[in-house]
Amino acid sequence: MTPSTVAHDTFVIERIYPVPVSQVFGAWADPVLKARWFAGSADALGAGYDLDFRVGGREVNRGGPPGGPVYSYQSEFHDIVPERRIIYTYEMYADETRISVSVATVQFRDREATTQLVMTEQGAFLDGHDTAAQREEGTRSLLDSLAATLNRGGS
Amino acid sequence: MVERLTSGPASVSELAEPLSMSLAAVLQHVQVLESSGLVTTEKVGRTRTCRIERAAMTAAEQWITDRRRGWEDRLDRLGDILNEGAPTEENR
Repeated sequence: MTPSTVAHDTFVIERIYPVPVSQVFGAWADPVLKARWFAGSADALGAGYDLDFRVGGREVNRGGPPGGPVYSYQSEFHDIVPERRIIYTYEMYADETRISVSVATVQFRDREATTQLVMTEQGAFLDGHDTAAQREEGTRSLLDSLAATLNRGGS
Repeated sequence: MVERLTSGPASVSELAEPLSMSLAAVLQHVQVLESSGLVTTEKVGRTRTCRIERAAMTAAEQWITDRRRGWEDRLDRLGDILNEGAPTEENR
């Protein structure tokens, strides 16, 4: 069994974007634009990725390496001040197992036609679930079930 | 600099203190060390703390570092999209 452990961490990431704050904020608010940078492709919208950008609204994303666990992200928006800040909480799951719970704060600062973005994540990371050993185990059990399926078919 | 970090985490200004180097120059060195994977840094408020990347990092530490890198990549992708000029984007 996995021991019941919690690691807490906070990290802050800053970026300066050479466009007005309205555009940067728009890329967080618009589902098509956000799917492109957050989920990696506009095609993800409605196919694993969804965004309901309002207080109380939710955002979901699913994906993962082939043969590995399906990682899913589920968030809820708690505070939205247009062009100023977004505060949301999110949970991450590896298959059915919750692996982290975080508070994320995104702040937008207007800097004369450029925008400073400051993203702060405060997280509780649970049980060290997402380890290489577990990923390997996930792959192995998939290969085992594939082998079982092939054996059934071949008999 | 790496030697100093082996005795424990330090802020960029603490690293600069015994060296006759500007903060900017020290930061540049730290960035080189960071890109080579020898050192990790974390910014909390106005302080950037540097620590040596231990070979035997715990799984939790490794995971949190990965999470942070995931965000770094996403925010860079956002920058790429914004740099395209986003012609279909309406300015609100």
